[in-house]
Amino acid sequence: MRNMTRTQKIDLAKIAASAVLFAIGLATDIIWFYLAAYVIAGYETIIDACMGIINRQFLDENFLMTIASIGAIYCQEYPEAVAVMLFFQVGEFFEHYAVNSSRASIAELMDLRADFAVRIDAEGNEETVEPEDLSIGNIVLIRPGEKVPVDGVVTEGTSTLDTAALTGESIPRDIVPGQEVISGTINLTGVLKIRVTKEYDDSTVAKVLDLVENASSRKASVEKFITKFARYYTPLVVLAAILLAVLPPLVLHQLFEVWLYRAMIFLVISCPCALVISVPLSLFAGVGSASKQGILVKGSNYLEALSKVDTFAFDKTGTLTTGKFAVTEVKVARPEELNEAQMLSIAAHAESLSTHPIAQSVVSHYEALGTAVDKSLVTEYHELPGKGVFCKMNDSIVYCGNLTLMRELGYTGDAPEASGSIVHVACNGFYLGYIVIADAVRENSAATIAELKRLGVGRIAMLSGDHRQIAESVGSSLGVDQVLAELLPGDKVAAFETLTDSRTKARQKGHTVFVGDGINDAPVLARADIGIAMGAFGSDAAIEAADVVIMADDISKLATVMQIARKTLRICKQNVIFALVVKFGVMILGAMGLASMWAAVFADVGVAVIAILNAMRALR
Amino acid sequence: MKKTYKMQNLDCANCAAKMETAIGKIDGVESCSISFMTQKMTLVADESRLDDILTAAQNAVKKVDRACKIIK
Repeated sequence: MRNMTRTQKIDLAKIAASAVLFAIGLATDIIWFYLAAYVIAGYETIIDACMGIINRQFLDENFLMTIASIGAIYCQEYPEAVAVMLFFQVGEFFEHYAVNSSRASIAELMDLRADFAVRIDAEGNEETVEPEDLSIGNIVLIRPGEKVPVDGVVTEGTSTLDTAALTGESIPRDIVPGQEVISGTINLTGVLKIRVTKEYDDSTVAKVLDLVENASSRKASVEKFITKFARYYTPLVVLAAILLAVLPPLVLHQLFEVWLYRAMIFLVISCPCALVISVPLSLFAGVGSASKQGILVKGSNYLEALSKVDTFAFDKTGTLTTGKFAVTEVKVARPEELNEAQMLSIAAHAESLSTHPIAQSVVSHYEALGTAVDKSLVTEYHELPGKGVFCKMNDSIVYCGNLTLMRELGYTGDAPEASGSIVHVACNGFYLGYIVIADAVRENSAATIAELKRLGVGRIAMLSGDHRQIAESVGSSLGVDQVLAELLPGDKVAAFETLTDSRTKARQKGHTVFVGDGINDAPVLARADIGIAMGAFGSDAAIEAADVVIMADDISKLATVMQIARKTLRICKQNVIFALVVKFGVMILGAMGLASMWAAVFADVGVAVIAILNAMRALR
Repeated sequence: MKKTYKMQNLDCANCAAKMETAIGKIDGVESCSISFMTQKMTLVADESRLDDILTAAQNAVKKVDRACKIIK
């Protein structure tokens, strides 16, 4: 209760004073204590109610609470009258407190903006300015521990940047002159000077903050349903209360006071606040908790849609795979004579003078294992276009290349079954083995797909421009259900539509998600029910194009965001059902004379408090 | 034209919903979304009549909650 505003403190003091007087009233049964407690707790509500009447807002909650408490006074149920007002205040107080604190904790998650920037002028003088005041070409000094205020390029200094606030990944990134720096990251180690390339409003930090702030303006259908429901709920319950107060005494000649009391129970329950507050609060907390993980959800509606996904379509290259060529397999023909490391060493040396990407990935794979290539060992070198390379090394004759080259050299063995590009190695007339180079599948792709299936995603599809054989082998190794291969860039939208069409025919109601890198698949992202761009850190195009943006280049975040969406919507549903069951339950009992005003107060305030507490779980 | 305004003293979620409905009915307003959580109103409206629309919106807001203000 530290972060209360002045008004909140005053409200709390009034509630406490009223509660004390109420307790004395209950103990002594002196009516004046009740009256004092009632006035302290309720005067503001009564004033607001009068204003409501002037503005013709008869179903305003202040008005309803005032009528209910006056009704209770008429029935000479003084403790009940005080309880209605007092607990109404408690509920309001709690509601404000919960909403404010959840706003504050989300603001804390989104604390990306630098408070100031240090600009350096031509003479080298430092000047502290607002990030908004920087213009393109300014030089900005960033000391360790400070946030990068705007996007720019490093001109001086080396350092590491903490990107956790944006990406949810706590892997520091090294930065050297000439590299781009993204606003919202934190400079960890060295002093940096950057040249501003984007003004604050165009910088990543402003865009990200804007997205998260405005996510709640795109409302989920559960939210729209509940506000619509509230529009009819209150008038209907009030009408029921009027009928309850009037009809039985008139028609059945029963005691007016008894039925008036029962009608007042209805009025207390008629406020839809618990429902109306808990749903957007849960969604807001869900969006906030996704942002904390470096996942930007652009609208509550997308969070809701994510909870009902039945098809995931992935772009292959750069999404399920890393998009970089790497050695995936090293196979030697006669392991007893030559091991894999030895063959790799021969191949890496032979390929070391080539600039071909496949040759370079062999070299970098070898060097990543711990030994540098010694180019001086290579004494003679020729490239054989379309086939491979030839070299002399330690008086050995080495050939590295494709199967055509091996056939020319007299190799008659079978072509290996492997997906990707294959480099065969021969030395002094002997076939040594082969190395497979492929676009490496991400380590966690298979696990993520399995997790998505476990979460109830019925179908996983993969779209790829690659050859069918390569695409299908990647697909089956990952557990993909359907592979659409050999697609030209322009075909992807059409291919994606066949997926959604077949789903419509099968009468499935769930949504279809497309996951891509957001750069060359923007049309498919736009076409999908939910377009998710992955690895969007530093890419404005991807942030613009997608509905959900995963800043880190980490596919497992898909399962994370699905879980957040599921949890959030589950909380919304729990709140709606719980509130309705309690409210209608108390109304039925109240109409039969089995529930007191106390039960009604619980159905109103108690339910609101419980629903709010439940909604706050979405933040965790 | 789409514009976002900050709301001051927007205290209850149901009031926000009521204001949203009332502003949505103003002539020249295409759509209105009020987020209780961020205390912001997103208005899609005819730009040439913006001043009149905002005055009408402020009145609608005042009717629901007299303390609430649209900050221009």
